[in-house]
Amino acid sequence: MGRGDAVPARSEPEQATETVASPTEQKQETSEGQLKRGADVVIESLLAHGVEVVFAYPGGASMVLHQSLIRYQDRLRTILPRHEQGGSFAAQGYARATGKPGICMATSGPGATNLVTAIADAKLDSIPIIAITGQVKTHVIGTDAFQETPIVEVCRGITKHHALVTEVADIPRVMKEAFYVATTGRPGPVLIDIPKDVQEALIVPDFEVAMQLPGYEVEEPRSHPEQVRQVAAAIKRARRPIIYCGGGIISAEASDDLRQLAKQTGIPVTMTVMGLGAFPNADPQSLDMLGMHGSVYANYAINEADLILALGVRFDDRVTGKLSEFAKYAKIIHVDIDASELNKNKVAHIPICSDVKYFLGELNQIVEPPDDMSDWLEQCATWKREDPYKYDQNYDGILQQHAISELSRLTQDRHTIITVGVGQHQMWASQFYQFQRPRTWQSSSGLGTMGFGLPAAMGAQVAHPDALVVDIDGDGSFQMNIQELATCHCEKLPVKVMLLNNQHLGMVMQWEDRFMNGVRAHTYLGPIDRAEAVGNGDGPYAADRYPDYVNIAKGYGWAASSVSRKDDLVDALTEMIDTRGPYLLDVEVPYQEHVLPMIPGGASINELIKE
Amino acid sequence: MRHVLSALVQNVPGVLSHVAGMLASRGYNIDSLAVGETENPDLSRMTFVVFGDDALFEQVRKQLQKIVTVVRVDDISSQDFVERDLMLVKVQAPEGVRSDIRELVEIFRGRIVDVAPDQVMVEISGQESKLEAFIDMVRPFGIVELVRTGRIAMVRGISRVSGEDKGGIRKAE
Repeated sequence: MGRGDAVPARSEPEQATETVASPTEQKQETSEGQLKRGADVVIESLLAHGVEVVFAYPGGASMVLHQSLIRYQDRLRTILPRHEQGGSFAAQGYARATGKPGICMATSGPGATNLVTAIADAKLDSIPIIAITGQVKTHVIGTDAFQETPIVEVCRGITKHHALVTEVADIPRVMKEAFYVATTGRPGPVLIDIPKDVQEALIVPDFEVAMQLPGYEVEEPRSHPEQVRQVAAAIKRARRPIIYCGGGIISAEASDDLRQLAKQTGIPVTMTVMGLGAFPNADPQSLDMLGMHGSVYANYAINEADLILALGVRFDDRVTGKLSEFAKYAKIIHVDIDASELNKNKVAHIPICSDVKYFLGELNQIVEPPDDMSDWLEQCATWKREDPYKYDQNYDGILQQHAISELSRLTQDRHTIITVGVGQHQMWASQFYQFQRPRTWQSSSGLGTMGFGLPAAMGAQVAHPDALVVDIDGDGSFQMNIQELATCHCEKLPVKVMLLNNQHLGMVMQWEDRFMNGVRAHTYLGPIDRAEAVGNGDGPYAADRYPDYVNIAKGYGWAASSVSRKDDLVDALTEMIDTRGPYLLDVEVPYQEHVLPMIPGGASINELIKE
Repeated sequence: MRHVLSALVQNVPGVLSHVAGMLASRGYNIDSLAVGETENPDLSRMTFVVFGDDALFEQVRKQLQKIVTVVRVDDISSQDFVERDLMLVKVQAPEGVRSDIRELVEIFRGRIVDVAPDQVMVEISGQESKLEAFIDMVRPFGIVELVRTGRIAMVRGISRVSGEDKGGIRKAE
């Protein structure tokens, strides 16, 4: 202990903490060559990296950090979530909305383990977040101390990088490395675990310190000119080409380059759930989303294609279904910044490890349209015309799809960010909301975390105070982070929630209906003595809806109302949109609706269900 | 197919656990794993023996390479390399068979490093196949205890698999 200029902290923690808090020390903090507390060095590192907001929940092992946050509050906003998971998903919401790393903070033990889900989520969706956790003091690490969890051990497999800081002198370097690793290459979560005595220890920080990352590529991988020429040649020869693009386009900020490629070549574009917004749904060239609940036309097209340009995607099982049957006739060009994605699930004929923006920039300089794909474009247009996303327009009541379509229509002319939970409402939102721009859609796509919507909306709202941020949620997902209603009210975040309330865990229920003879197994969310609990409900709506979300929202200080008549929907949505503060609209929807089309898990296009 | 992978990793706590956890969670079976410090105290060397088809092996290599604390990974089985495994084995050696055991040890170029009234401890190193053959030969005498280090390997000649050609511990900016 005590490398460099480090001065070990005194062993009496409470005393040490109290002296830190003294406001008289405030003036000294900025001068150079001065002793600073580890916690202050953490915060100054955040500021040096352009951080403007931290989602942090305090506790015994992180309160020193919070004392520093208070001292720097004029330059760094701290938002107090009501659960660490809410804070960490808010950090994701911020990151997804901006591309900048989202920062969350929690104490040791239970605080830290409450971050685990959002960290795993960020890993699967390649979202740059930095999670900072307090840890018990270094001399008691490994003794099963109060609120001790080996969080770095817990998170090894679900972070891109992680560090337990045992020397206060290491803080500037570790922070620098965290930002660098989180945001370069394929983005991802970084965890920094800082024992309380390291937060308290004094140091003359060296912010110019060099990173020590010998195993991390400094250069972003770039396609070679020969590869780009090969791709251009393949495109020219192709008769049935398709662009299959995903989250990589969003994280690489390559949406404009993609649009230019599409424009230059006329090739149809389909997107993964992570890629929505990369290409406008309204563009005639768009085939919308592909995969399990993707459009019929996108799935037909990718199945029949002779050339697939896979850009920033990972051939996830929700896209491919049965791998051996997926896109059997196609030559595959796969571009990804992560070499381990190439040939992982599907062997590529031309695998290219590259920053997709760089690749597209190069390709767009030489690419020419395919010689002849007129039959193909006609075929795609026919598929699109024959099997659009659809629902019963004449339904006497509010269908989920209808509510989303109306919301989409009413919000097209303004900067709107949509977040969702996980389940039927998520898939319907991906089908029926018309996205125009990247970073306007946030979905926990890889991990599929229920409860993502509300905290993510919070983070997006912090990043874009003037945007309309709407969490389209289901009643199951919503309750998983319902406590964040308090955060929105207290932190003055005017988030809107459009709650599609069907009283059920709709997606699981749909699988029960399709594959398990409709046997209800814990998918009804009301009291267990109701008929719906055993699947004997009467009519399309679950009776006596539970709980009373309007009153709950009002109790948290939100404006709220409920709507169940179709004729009232537009007015209700308009009121929600026009309300200045946070607003919850509880929409009564039936529970028999299924998300269609659907390709069952592990199945091929031949088993696509349309009705 | 058998591959020998040589990985240079940062000598920091948790790397072994990270690597082992990654391999386990992705379901890759490792036949042998040996770890030790290199001539540069900031770096350790891990040697893996992996069985599997080329596609699986390629994934193992890429996933290893992706770990931030893994500096570089080489498949040295495609090159001319020396491979060794060190074994200590305690064998039953009562009066009467001891000279037979000594003879065997000599043939295999091992050494007897400890002698007890009824047992001897033998140290032997070499390729996996040699060690396996020795085990087969002494099994009839009765093996009391056996410890192996796992395989280590190095490419022959002047070419050198290390972090040096990437500037050693690079100072990334």
